[in-house]
Amino acid sequence: MVKRIVTGAHYGLLDWLAQRVTAVVMVIYILLLVVVLLIFPPNDYAAWKTIFGNQWTRITSFLFFVSLCWHAWIGIRNILMDYIHETGIRLTIQVLVILSLLFYTVWAIDIMWS
Amino acid sequence: MRFSIYRYDPDKDQKPYMQDYDIVLEPTDKMLLDALIRIKVFDDSLSLRRSCREGVCGSDGMNINGRNGLACITPVAGLKEPVELRPLPGLPVIRDLIVDMTQFFKQYHSIKPYLINNDPPPETERLQSPEERAELDGVYECVLCACCSTACPSFWWNPDKFVGPAALLQAYRFLADSRDQATAERLDNLEDPYRLFRCHSIMNCVDTCPKGLNPTKAINKIKGMMVKRTV
Repeated sequence: MVKRIVTGAHYGLLDWLAQRVTAVVMVIYILLLVVVLLIFPPNDYAAWKTIFGNQWTRITSFLFFVSLCWHAWIGIRNILMDYIHETGIRLTIQVLVILSLLFYTVWAIDIMWS
Repeated sequence: MRFSIYRYDPDKDQKPYMQDYDIVLEPTDKMLLDALIRIKVFDDSLSLRRSCREGVCGSDGMNINGRNGLACITPVAGLKEPVELRPLPGLPVIRDLIVDMTQFFKQYHSIKPYLINNDPPPETERLQSPEERAELDGVYECVLCACCSTACPSFWWNPDKFVGPAALLQAYRFLADSRDQATAERLDNLEDPYRLFRCHSIMNCVDTCPKGLNPTKAINKIKGMMVKRTV
């Protein structure tokens, strides 16, 4: 069978850019979190609960989590594109990765807002 | 001086093997290519490509002690013995140190490595200002030896789809040329998860380039141009 090379999907820039932007978001969140933890060092469960009971902590943590999942999706797809050459298997794994990342995001919301 | 050289003749050998050579170099044998030609005096079955013997033609790219380079501009003096010589990694071996560069040049041709300008040719030359000409410094010097592309894991895994550092450097060479009019088409051609975005900036290409060029920088400039036209 003739192996025809198909390229030209005309996407990629947005993912590349998104990976960089999400990385910056994560760095800012981590720095902010470190500062907060240094100013209000939590030494018991109640203190942790106060910090994460704050609506802003929850919103920024959620943003961090969305960035993390988006970033992970781009990275994992890159790895799959390099190493899994069978289209069917690759698509299956990609769907599984997306579903688990969505599951984690919902789970994170459940943890923070329950 | 001791050498350990990759040997493979598909007509005779079941599989590749390493052959050791222990030879006395003459005082004039300064570069690795001189040493290889000296070895050929004793064993003329050893095959390699070479032409200009001064780092301009890009024929004698090979893997020297684990790092890609041009034999003709690699001094024998600093090399750790036994000097291990292998063909460029990732490309099919034709014989000994000679690899099949078809895939590499296919990618090179895919970026249309020539000036595209639809204006009628002027009486004299298409002029550039010194600043415009300076844009090409560090990108036009590539000799297409394939040392960088064959050092790139992304090119190893997808040589048929990823353009590779050498051809991407050339793509930028024409994107950066003030006389070229096909910027949009060139960017369209590269905007692809495989063709351009397999590059994850690990910079093996920069590490290995025998001409001291920086393909990663050129690739990032291409990405920058795409960001500029999209955002």
